[in-house]
Amino acid sequence: MTETVITARGLTKRYRRATVVDGIDFDVAKGEIFGLLGPNGAGKTTTILMMLGLTDVTDGEVRVLGYDPVRQPLAVKRRVGYLPDSVGFYDYLTATENLAYTARLMGFAPAERTHRITDALSRVQLRDVANQAVRTFSRGMRQRLGLAEIVMKGAEIAILDEPTSGLDPQATVDFLALIEQLKHEGVTVLLSSHLLDQVQRVCDRVALFQTGRIVLQGTVPELAKEVLGAGFVVEVDAVAPPGADLEARLLAVPGVSAVQRAGDRYRLTAVRDVRPDAARAVVAADGALTQLSVDTPSLEAIYTRFFQRNARPEGVRDAA
Amino acid sequence: MRREGSVFQGLGAVVLKELSDQMSSIRIFVLELLVAAIAFVALYRAIGRLADTTAEDPFVFLRLFTVDTPPVPSFAGLLGFLIPLVAIGLGFDSVSSEHNRRTLSRVLSQPIYRDALLMGKFLAGMATLGIMLLGLWLLVIGFGLYLLGVPPSGDEVLRSLVFLIIALFYCGVWLALAMLLSIVFRSAATSALVALGLWLFFVLIWPILSSALAQVIAPQDIRYVLLGLPTPATVEMQQALARLSPNQLFAESVLAILSPSTRSLGPIFLEQLQGAVVGTALPLRQSLLIAWPQIVGLIASTIVLFVAGYVVFQRQEVRA
Repeated sequence: MTETVITARGLTKRYRRATVVDGIDFDVAKGEIFGLLGPNGAGKTTTILMMLGLTDVTDGEVRVLGYDPVRQPLAVKRRVGYLPDSVGFYDYLTATENLAYTARLMGFAPAERTHRITDALSRVQLRDVANQAVRTFSRGMRQRLGLAEIVMKGAEIAILDEPTSGLDPQATVDFLALIEQLKHEGVTVLLSSHLLDQVQRVCDRVALFQTGRIVLQGTVPELAKEVLGAGFVVEVDAVAPPGADLEARLLAVPGVSAVQRAGDRYRLTAVRDVRPDAARAVVAADGALTQLSVDTPSLEAIYTRFFQRNARPEGVRDAA
Repeated sequence: MRREGSVFQGLGAVVLKELSDQMSSIRIFVLELLVAAIAFVALYRAIGRLADTTAEDPFVFLRLFTVDTPPVPSFAGLLGFLIPLVAIGLGFDSVSSEHNRRTLSRVLSQPIYRDALLMGKFLAGMATLGIMLLGLWLLVIGFGLYLLGVPPSGDEVLRSLVFLIIALFYCGVWLALAMLLSIVFRSAATSALVALGLWLFFVLIWPILSSALAQVIAPQDIRYVLLGLPTPATVEMQQALARLSPNQLFAESVLAILSPSTRSLGPIFLEQLQGAVVGTALPLRQSLLIAWPQIVGLIASTIVLFVAGYVVFQRQEVRA
């Protein structure tokens, strides 16, 4: 097991009446992208704020890089970068000036400030507009500037709250690429979102929040196995020789739970990647294999199925 | 529960940032222009009146601050009227604007405590006001030298500097009040309206209301009325009520400091004046003693209002 950088045990946040986060447990390993997933008001942002020491913990505990955010918030905040939901900057200042303020708050020396800011801005392709007032920036540029701030801080953990909501598709793709780049540099990323396909695209593991609890946790295939009963969909395009029942043979492959046929295409639902076995089965039946592909079930399918199955009488709370 | 790390971490960065914002803001520029223009008018008229009696008055420089030439009030009176306006202009949106720009959670996720942010904003506001007051003070001294043609005595310089410090605390009261309102109200317009409402209340309404209330609480004694004298109990009550207003405290302490012959800020009985040479100046120490309760009142109000804002701010949720 790799090093754990964030641990939460029985983490709870209660306001006067409502329990917003209700005894959640999770671990985040160093260098992974961990997705916090769930409808609005499920407790994702509150969990993040507790990790940063920006709101009090009612019960339970959380450790970030070994520090307690309640008692040692400065140590935590020095090492963790946070990009809030719809991040704001001082409009009348330039990108460089905004980052310079953060750098001063971090206590960097003047010379170090300059090169850190320049580096960070080039990393997110904002070098050309470094001296323009943030007022003129598009939403995508602001989000990238927020990411530049995290890069500039040299954060070990980046916490991104709904970073891609409201971005156009191209900006989203660019932004996700930047997140993956962070991961390659060894930064642990915590990504909160309700945009499922994006989470699936970049996250190593996800935790699914519902009304303050983590109801599912794991890699996407693991979740798929738990919710849909299968983790993989293998598509086999093969022309069956006359007389051979390819469908039955594929169904007999160990691990396959269902086969759907559409012409010469077979969709196998399986608990693991059964491509080698499926290919062998086709070849053994003298079939002509033309294409073989594997697909993990979409997170959206898992999510939808999960909430259908667990629909409570009162429904999912939807507090904004 | 103890939190680790200094509360003052990042304070310097916040002060510098706020100060540079204020110095370059159009709002402050306009306010300072207004104050300078009005002060200039008051000074000009005061000098016109004093120029004839220069030789007769040992405290002619202090007269520059206190002489009123109807319809224009004295320079000190104008400051008592205008300082709240400038302080409100500086503070009414200092915290709510961070909320509305959505910069608050980003700034607080840097390694600083909330204390540093609030304290930094307050100190920067005080610095701006201090610079403005110092500028006005130099203006008065400069004009006095040029147009009256006599240098100020050491005592006069000292007294006018004490006046400057009192004015700064008076600024502090209104700045702390404006910041408290900016914390309580998310909308800058609400905060500004409430602050201006309080300002008008203390400047225009409270002086009238306090004497009316005093008549009710401590009714006039018929014996004094028959003699055509004010009832001491009523006068004292009226003064006590009036002193709830910071404007009154400022006006009284300024009177004691800038008019060296002031012997009391309350009612005096004739027997108390036995042996006194009426009209002679008191030493600065004695004047300070007379104004001391008022000065302490101003300092205490500043602290109480700031702490109130501080407590509310600490308990506030960061999320927008």
